[in-house]
Amino acid sequence: MTDLERHSYDVVVIGAGGAGLRAAIEARLQGKTVAIVCKSLFGKAHTVMAEGGIAAAMGNVNPKDNWQVHFRDTMRGGKFLNSWRMAELHAKEAPQRVWELETYGALFDRTPDGKISQRNFGGHEYPRLAHVGDRSGLELIRTLQQKIVSLQQEDFRETGDYESKIKIFAEVTVTRLLVNDGRIAGAYAYYRETGDFVLFEAPAVVLATGGIGKTFKVTSASWEYTGDGHALAMRAGATTLNMEFIQFHPTGMVWPLSVKGILVTESVRGDGGILTNSEGKRFMFDYIPDVFKAQYATTPEEGDRWYTDPENNRRPPELLPRDEVARAINSEVKAGRGTPHGGVYLDVSSRLPADVIRKKLPSMWHQFKELADVDITQEPMEVGPTCHYVMGGVEVDPDTEQTRLPGLFAAGEVSGGMHGSNRLGGNSLSDLLVFGRRAGLGAAIYVDGLAGSRPSVTDEMVADAEEEALAAFHVEGGENPYTIHADLQQTMNDLVGIIRTESEMREALDRLEGFKERVRRASVQGGRAFNPGWHLALDLKNMLLVSEAIARSALERQESRGGHTRDDYPVMSPEWRQLNIVSRTEGDGVAIYRQPLDPMREDLLELFDVDELKKYMTEAELPKGEHS
Amino acid sequence: MTYKAKLRVWRGDDESGDLKNYEVDVNEGEVVLDIVHRLQATQAPDLAVRWNCKAGKCGSCSAEVNGKPRLMCMTRMNTFTEDEVITITPMRTFPVIRDLVTDVSYNYAKARMVPAFAPPADLEPGDYRMAQVDVERSQEFRKCIECFLCNNVCHVMRDHEDNKASFSGPRFLMRIAELDMHPLDTVDRRQTAVEDHGLGYCNITKCCTEVCPEHIHITDNALIPLKERVADRKYDPLFSVASLFRKGKEKRAAAPATPKG
Ligand SMILES: Cc1cc2nc3c(=O)[nH]c(=O)nc-3n(C[C@H](O)[C@H](O)[C@H](O)COP(=O)(O)OP(=O)(O)OC[C@H]3O[C@@H](n4cnc5c(N)ncnc54)[C@H](O)[C@@H]3O)c2cc1C
Ligand code: SF4
Ligand code: SF4
Ligand code: FES
Repeated sequence: MTDLERHSYDVVVIGAGGAGLRAAIEARLQGKTVAIVCKSLFGKAHTVMAEGGIAAAMGNVNPKDNWQVHFRDTMRGGKFLNSWRMAELHAKEAPQRVWELETYGALFDRTPDGKISQRNFGGHEYPRLAHVGDRSGLELIRTLQQKIVSLQQEDFRETGDYESKIKIFAEVTVTRLLVNDGRIAGAYAYYRETGDFVLFEAPAVVLATGGIGKTFKVTSASWEYTGDGHALAMRAGATTLNMEFIQFHPTGMVWPLSVKGILVTESVRGDGGILTNSEGKRFMFDYIPDVFKAQYATTPEEGDRWYTDPENNRRPPELLPRDEVARAINSEVKAGRGTPHGGVYLDVSSRLPADVIRKKLPSMWHQFKELADVDITQEPMEVGPTCHYVMGGVEVDPDTEQTRLPGLFAAGEVSGGMHGSNRLGGNSLSDLLVFGRRAGLGAAIYVDGLAGSRPSVTDEMVADAEEEALAAFHVEGGENPYTIHADLQQTMNDLVGIIRTESEMREALDRLEGFKERVRRASVQGGRAFNPGWHLALDLKNMLLVSEAIARSALERQESRGGHTRDDYPVMSPEWRQLNIVSRTEGDGVAIYRQPLDPMREDLLELFDVDELKKYMTEAELPKGEHS
Repeated sequence: MTYKAKLRVWRGDDESGDLKNYEVDVNEGEVVLDIVHRLQATQAPDLAVRWNCKAGKCGSCSAEVNGKPRLMCMTRMNTFTEDEVITITPMRTFPVIRDLVTDVSYNYAKARMVPAFAPPADLEPGDYRMAQVDVERSQEFRKCIECFLCNNVCHVMRDHEDNKASFSGPRFLMRIAELDMHPLDTVDRRQTAVEDHGLGYCNITKCCTEVCPEHIHITDNALIPLKERVADRKYDPLFSVASLFRKGKEKRAAAPATPKG
């Protein structure tokens, strides 16, 4: 242990996607020393893949937009199970966070009067997504990356060392959070390149590790999405919220098989694309749920008129929130009206001229051309649902992003609450910025409050963490981790997927028990230097814990809402809306409990029609006084 | 549909290594990265390969396939015949860490030497106004996914290790051009382009442009215009596009050249 590499920082940020980078920037601006630790190279985090844009009510395209409208849309999208306080902060602060990006050098697409252009997206009442073609995530991550470089240049001018205040530890994976006396003391990690361990001593840790997509077989996620942050938090004593809510994006590629799951951006529909079944029918008109009847067009003619005259027409149902569209596609395919490869058709070729398609959707054009030999300017795409986003996540205080474990903060996809049971497109990138900044600020304030009395890391903690990380090298004749991973993904896809039922979820939980032994017996060949088999063996533990949290929460919630659809409980229940399902570790597994939601503040309730609230809430929750 | 592909994959570390032969199943529609993953899952669990998105968006999976710099996740197997031996080697210009993974830290060090974007001091957030035509040129360069294939292929470094100290390669010369063309940037970057980043080494062979997976016109749209500006051509029609919002880009005379670190 004497030659263990050790570093000491005020704040350690785990994750270099949008949330992590924004948190790091904020902590550094607050005068703190910051380490950014990430599993992949700097600038390559999952955020890089985001396509459509960043939602912020700037009102550049439709001046009627404002934070109240954005707040309402977010709550509706989440089926009112959102942390209303987070939804409020998000809607209010998103515009400032986007404008700030321009001061860092971002170049968004422009309106004719030179402002940031905004596009339509599912569930957003007005054009709201700031974007750069269909590579908005790349712009976001590069901009934040370059801002960090500029801060490092400032630090260099002052201290002669670029890394005196912010240092990036790329291709370093955290395996454990270290806790002393109920407070964060640091984090333990290994270099992927060498397999050597590294210890970070820090009183504050910000988790910004993203999602869990790789627990499912068909997913739009990158390999990083093994639920590390969710598992690290739970193991350290923090909690996660509503893990049953998983967004299956309606449009992933379905063919060729090797690219199944890769995302087809919602902008295709926002820019005019339509969904049809094998009979050529625009089927979404048959799937408008009652709660949304007032806002969506009932005929293709009206839907089409909306693109040019949104004042006097309602939007087409292709732009319903994602959960609705995903379920509709699922039903069409089940009813035998799917495409040859088990999806439905998404067509822009008959809707826009070829050069406009190539200009507005360059990456999509490229993606289909190169991966599927399909020219989307000439023919429709085949698409189907893919596991895309986890709404559930680490439970945080809405204002500071502190978890239930003092010193541990969480922001971005790894955190929970903001999106309720279903996230609107574009609301993640804005979430990363708003709550990334707040988490960095929260961590800085927390560190100040400690006034120098920092929890210490003991030798015993370090020895423990090391033993755990190396265990897979000592298993003789165990199982190949790649096989275990493939089986786990299949189980989750089959039994806890887009449509759920009690018996299947019970079977999933049974099987997950079996996986526990298999994961313990995963064995590794070769040495510690850049050994993906070993890395996967470690990731598997996290995926397994997260899978159990998902399955237990999904079994518990006896209703259908957003990203949780039960065959056996097909309707939304106002009683269940009042409950969060919280997961924490118990023994080698997960225990869950129900926790009441905070009632929404009166002034926010008043932003809605009582008639609308009645669709979601119990009588007792409706606004008192003259409104009811 | 399925067949067995013959692969030769470079296995080794920074000290030694050689090409190893494998036979791996291939299904319809697969890309080279799928085959490498199958190799990893079935025969070589410790095979080191860097990847992330598997969708051509992150620029992690750069390697050389039959000698050609490519993204493995965007190279379809049907671009080869079934009996062709496919040789996969790490990028040559950067030091090998293990197998197909190279040490690309050179690129991050160079990125840090490019003086940051500097907007006018009195411009408030929310007040930025730029015309689409004015941002489009820099937007093209911002499509870059930092796969570093252009830097890998540029002969200035590929064949002359010594030049790495004084040359930042097409990726970062393009970054300087991008900032230079940003409608609201206030820094004159000509001096740093030449003195700190070695613009003069580029002799416009266009090899970088050919390998760019994002099809960015690195040479024509970034490097040549930058060279012309440095040569102080009085008339560069591209650089003087009439601007709706820019009052005339007033560049400070000398960039605060970031010291080499
Ligand atoms: C194809 C696609 C398109 C999308 N389009 C949009 C869109 O248009 N608009 C929108 O709002 N949202 C979109 N999303 C969703 C959005 O991109 C993500 O939710 C968001 O980027 C998550 O960002 P993050 O900062 O939370 O984490 P990420 O960007 O996922 O970063 C996670 C970071 O944590 C690191 N990490 C993880 N585990 C560890 C560990 N154990 N140790 C060290 N580091 C670790 C990773 O290396 C990485 O750096 C899209 C998603 C996908 C897949
Ligand atoms: S054009 Fe210039 S930068 Fe590009 S490969 Fe040739 S010499 Fe290198
Ligand atoms: S310019 Fe093109 S080749 Fe060079 S790093 Fe960027 S994407 Fe890769
Ligand atoms: S894995 Fe991301 S570009 Fe290939």
